[in-house]
Amino acid sequence: MSRFLETALALAILATPAVASEKLGIGRPALPEEVAAWDIDVRPDGQGLPEGRGDVMTGEPLYIDNCAICHGDFGEAIGRWPVLSGGQGTLTRDDPNKTIGSYWPYLSTVFDYVRRAMPFGNAESLSDDEVYAITAYLLYLNDLVDDDFELSRENFTEVRLPNEENFFMDDRDTVELPALTREPCMENCKDSVEITARAAVIDVTPEDTAAREQRAEGAAQAEVAAAPVEPAPEPEPAVSEEMLAAGEKAFRACRACHKVGEGAKNGTGPVLNGVVGHPAGMVEGFKYSKAMKKQADGGLVWTPEQLDAFIADPRGFLKGTRMAYGGMKDDDQRAALIAYLATFSED
Amino acid sequence: MTKNGKELEMTDRNGASRRDFLRAGLAGGAAALATGTVARAAGPDPAITEQQPWRTMLGEGVDARPYGAPSQYEAHVVRRNVEWLTADPISSVNFTPLHELEGIITPNGLCFERHHGGIAEIDPAKHRLMINGLVDTPLVFTMADLMRFPRENRVYFLECAANSGMEWRGAQLNGCQYTHGMIHNLVYTGIPLKYLLDEAGVRTNGKWILPEGGDAAGMTRSIPIEKAMEDCLVAFKMNGEALRPEQGYPLRLVVPGWEGNMWVKWLRRIEVGDEPWHHREETSKYTDLLAGGKARRFTWVMDAKSVITNPSPQAPITHGRGPAVLSGVAWSGRGTIPRVDVTIDGGKNWYQARMDGPSFDKSMHRFYFEFDWDGSPLLLQSRAHDSTGYVQPTKDELRAFRGYESIYHNNGIQTWYVNEKGEAENVEVS
Repeated sequence: MSRFLETALALAILATPAVASEKLGIGRPALPEEVAAWDIDVRPDGQGLPEGRGDVMTGEPLYIDNCAICHGDFGEAIGRWPVLSGGQGTLTRDDPNKTIGSYWPYLSTVFDYVRRAMPFGNAESLSDDEVYAITAYLLYLNDLVDDDFELSRENFTEVRLPNEENFFMDDRDTVELPALTREPCMENCKDSVEITARAAVIDVTPEDTAAREQRAEGAAQAEVAAAPVEPAPEPEPAVSEEMLAAGEKAFRACRACHKVGEGAKNGTGPVLNGVVGHPAGMVEGFKYSKAMKKQADGGLVWTPEQLDAFIADPRGFLKGTRMAYGGMKDDDQRAALIAYLATFSED
Repeated sequence: MTKNGKELEMTDRNGASRRDFLRAGLAGGAAALATGTVARAAGPDPAITEQQPWRTMLGEGVDARPYGAPSQYEAHVVRRNVEWLTADPISSVNFTPLHELEGIITPNGLCFERHHGGIAEIDPAKHRLMINGLVDTPLVFTMADLMRFPRENRVYFLECAANSGMEWRGAQLNGCQYTHGMIHNLVYTGIPLKYLLDEAGVRTNGKWILPEGGDAAGMTRSIPIEKAMEDCLVAFKMNGEALRPEQGYPLRLVVPGWEGNMWVKWLRRIEVGDEPWHHREETSKYTDLLAGGKARRFTWVMDAKSVITNPSPQAPITHGRGPAVLSGVAWSGRGTIPRVDVTIDGGKNWYQARMDGPSFDKSMHRFYFEFDWDGSPLLLQSRAHDSTGYVQPTKDELRAFRGYESIYHNNGIQTWYVNEKGEAENVEVS
């Protein structure tokens, strides 16, 4: 082959558009350690289960420490967090109670989800044995095993959940589509029309009036926005804006459970407005752990120093606290967080 | 209900032609004169006779708004949350203000949000996409790697399977933002997922994929390989700019026509397997419990659906009787929307709405119905027809199939009651 032809061919190859099925050689092979770090999913047939074991008795304190604050001591749930237990026999009733025991088809789903996403805001903080133990405890809460039960990789797939057989593949194509593929009536389709339900009677729409007023007062608001803002009170000189920004960022670790600022309410954890310098365990309407109540009775005050020690290692500082948080290890991050919290007063 | 109002000639039963539209424009003018709704000025309008500040003062320069924002007079046009729906705002949802939007494209800042572990703020330099499982070579891509694959631009709606889920038992929320606002419609730029899977080489026993998010919830869903190869995208742009953090920056999966929960945000891994995984979001959630206690699973496709966005409870008629514009949106996970019917009398008589704007597969469509309101109460409904011939059912038709407890996939026909004052309310009718 002549040099000219060779060059022409090479050019032709370079200019050939990529065909979908042709490999482009982009990316690199994933290392086994990398796949192991991310591939933690588990299937009903047991594929993906790690080595390990845990029993109901071990699971109970783990559940109380890590899960009960949202899901309740017996899986009955606090507020609108998911209910985990009970509900058997309710699927055909109004307002069915869909729990692990009454609805979920596979136990592997519990293990996978707890391992990948729980505790809420602290994913992958539990050891594999701890996930086995909590899963065993959830089976116990649903009356599916006795209190001496131990769950392990070996016996995992022997456990079947009661509702497994009641799921079936989407059948809309055969059940609904034939009936709904039609030429509908266009004229004189009904003799009379009556209103049978009204949203205004139920009245659960949020901020509806506010939104309407807002629209009406658009112009007025714009004037307010343009008016000079009242001078802000002198900021604490020792705290830089950078530090407060860092504190706000650090607060992300807390905000799933704790609220601050105007209109903040107790959630999974107590509202934190005014917490710095305040006696511990005193937020109205919040149900504290026995351990925290005891400390409050003993006169614990959340000075920056005490808060710092608590946030660094909650369970080391206060054994029995309900705060399901592993601790903020970085000193600067904690200092910034406490400075940020100090900007919220009790009012 | 007696006579509710008379439709203009423009929207005849066979659909409006351009000539019809022009004719109706004339007819509309005549109707307005006849019913006396043309305003007569009581005196000179100060908006005209007085100088406005934006006329007498110079405005801000080009450096004032390096990333633009809407006018201050549009501050009420925002996503809104329904506080009582969820335990807290981290694992929660807010709603697109459909009543304030026109056309078919949702602005990026108004696209509803649904997170299960809050918004992940990912540094793209530290983001990786891994493909593993039943492939010849498990691969890792950086964002820079992905930019070297051929990319495509496509318009798709994303609807949460729970959109209208609060309405199964009856009319509950007053506003299409709340009843239908778990939807947005965007131009995505992305890499066909097939290219990435081919790069890793899917083995013959690879029948399912498991996309996984890199956020605090580690969202996962099982998707059959046929869908993955057919039209899924790994998207990095929305409406031309980078995905917003709340929409999955820097990468999200696009699963056209299928329920929004499957469009995994903050996409970091795709595993190929021979069986589905039956994870939490496809067992405990996103399965449809029917009246007899059995539940449908893998209900992926979004059925054809429509809603009138104006008038609606958050967007009442404020101009009184005379020419009025009804505006709405329709979509289907099975194709396009060639036709929407509209009624103003609760379903006694229907008229074909005027479809307007571009029509893309599995995208939102816009429809209009111009009518002459005589000031009497209205019962407004819209009914979508998709390109397969499927026609949007009434809520009672759906309940006959599914009961009241299935939460997801409520595509029943919505009714707005408009009173003499033009105020609208969410109702159901016989």
